Amino acid sequence: MSQAATELIRISGHAGVVPGKGLNREFQVCKLVDTTTCIGCKACEVACLEWNGYTFSETSFDNSYQTMPETAWNYWNLIKFNEHERADGSMMLLMRKDQCMHCADPGCLAACPADAAIVQYANGIVDFQEANCIGCGYCMTGCPFNIPKFDPPSRKVFKCTLCNDRVSVGLEPACIKACPTGCLHFGTKSEMKELAETRAAQLRDNSGFQDAGVYDPAGVGGTHVIYVLHDAKNPELYGGLPRDPQIPWSVRFWKGPLKWLGNLAMAGGIVGMALHYMRFGPKKEEPIPPDALPKGERQDDGRRL
Amino acid sequence: MTTNAVSRPSAAREHEETILRYTFAERVNHWLGAISYTYLLVTGLAFWSPYLYWLAAVVGGGPTARFWHPWFGLIFTASLFWTFKEWRHDMKIDDADRAWGKAIPDYVRNEDDKLPPVGRFNFGQKLFFWGIFYGVILLLLSGVALWYTETLPWSLRFVRYAAILVHASVALITIGLFLIHVYMSAILEEGSFGSMIHGYVTRAWAWTFHRTWYYDVTGKPRPRPSLPKQ
Repeated sequence: MSQAATELIRISGHAGVVPGKGLNREFQVCKLVDTTTCIGCKACEVACLEWNGYTFSETSFDNSYQTMPETAWNYWNLIKFNEHERADGSMMLLMRKDQCMHCADPGCLAACPADAAIVQYANGIVDFQEANCIGCGYCMTGCPFNIPKFDPPSRKVFKCTLCNDRVSVGLEPACIKACPTGCLHFGTKSEMKELAETRAAQLRDNSGFQDAGVYDPAGVGGTHVIYVLHDAKNPELYGGLPRDPQIPWSVRFWKGPLKWLGNLAMAGGIVGMALHYMRFGPKKEEPIPPDALPKGERQDDGRRL
Repeated sequence: MTTNAVSRPSAAREHEETILRYTFAERVNHWLGAISYTYLLVTGLAFWSPYLYWLAAVVGGGPTARFWHPWFGLIFTASLFWTFKEWRHDMKIDDADRAWGKAIPDYVRNEDDKLPPVGRFNFGQKLFFWGIFYGVILLLLSGVALWYTETLPWSLRFVRYAAILVHASVALITIGLFLIHVYMSAILEEGSFGSMIHGYVTRAWAWTFHRTWYYDVTGKPRPRPSLPKQ
């Protein structure tokens, strides 16, 4: 499923075919979060901290179940609670596990200027390589989900790795392992997509949620974390999930047309100046004519001193 | 650049045939600005393009470059603000400049004798100064937003979006101005580069390139009604 690293394509001193070469396996991994069966227990938060070696951060109290307002550099997984009042006056506690979405077209990676500070694996995981991070924070500008978080003392940016270290050895992410209700699933993108659609259909057909659907936003090329929502028409209700996330147009413009325009202008300017010098040569001072000097003063040759 | 571009005029003839163009303080400030701008240019280009990221290694690596870039920005800003304080009267654009501006094709062709006389700074130099000055203000504002980008709340993310565009676009404009400035002062116009080292220009240099200024500082009689054509 995810062991792209173990698939051989070439073997030294080996006669004949490479076993397994060219097999059409699917390596795209996906985490499915079914918000309709989440109970907000925060076991996934604990598992995330445990596996990644972080301690609990200070919590805040805002008269709700919300432990803290948003994810932090050392708190990558956070349940977002929303006490939602429905049209009929009934209350629904919407709970969404917030973490990196692992976009197919990652805005963080597009904005990052540091060589290999952000990588995207063939299985879809987008991972930060902190050793190469320069701490500029451009990834925070590129991300449409407010995920990368800056740690001032280390001047590095951190986020959910989708447990790349676990997934690469065939384990499921820590959050999935800890979930007691089974609202978290992990598998290939197509399997999870299918499971999510099945669940959404179930919600529409049997549970009266006519707008139930799957959140896999096309604006960022789809994501490797997908949600089942009771109300897919209003993703904002789920802790501010953006309706149509996109890499900001200013990031696209800056990394696209402006880059080429700027490079062309700089190179053109240097070439233009070289051509100007070859065509017109240096500007030299001229001798001062006698009438620009007071009477009797010696003519200044004006050239050298 | 001629071989004696930087050689200092001999003390004996200093008063007779040379004019002090830049004071010691102006020269020191200029090089403070030049060095800080060069650092900003090198590190900024490293962040600009993956093909230029190696420039960061030259100045100590990416994280180091990211750490110092804003501080050098503050040095450059201070240098520019001091220049503004000292030169803002010399840099006022007047009718003589507009007349000179119309004759820019002659200037480009090095036919300087066809140009109307100008004061201490010509129209091009004034445009350069104001371009850099207002550019620095925009770079400072957008730069602060990029420096402490993590302190901006998510609701103010449009500030980040604006800052990256403004910072890159304005930096490109200043790079264009910088390239022209270096070319003209260090390569094209003989005698200019040395004047920013030792401070002096020859009287003939002043008469050729900054005629109004020449008459102002030397007190020499001004030919009337206008300067003879060469």
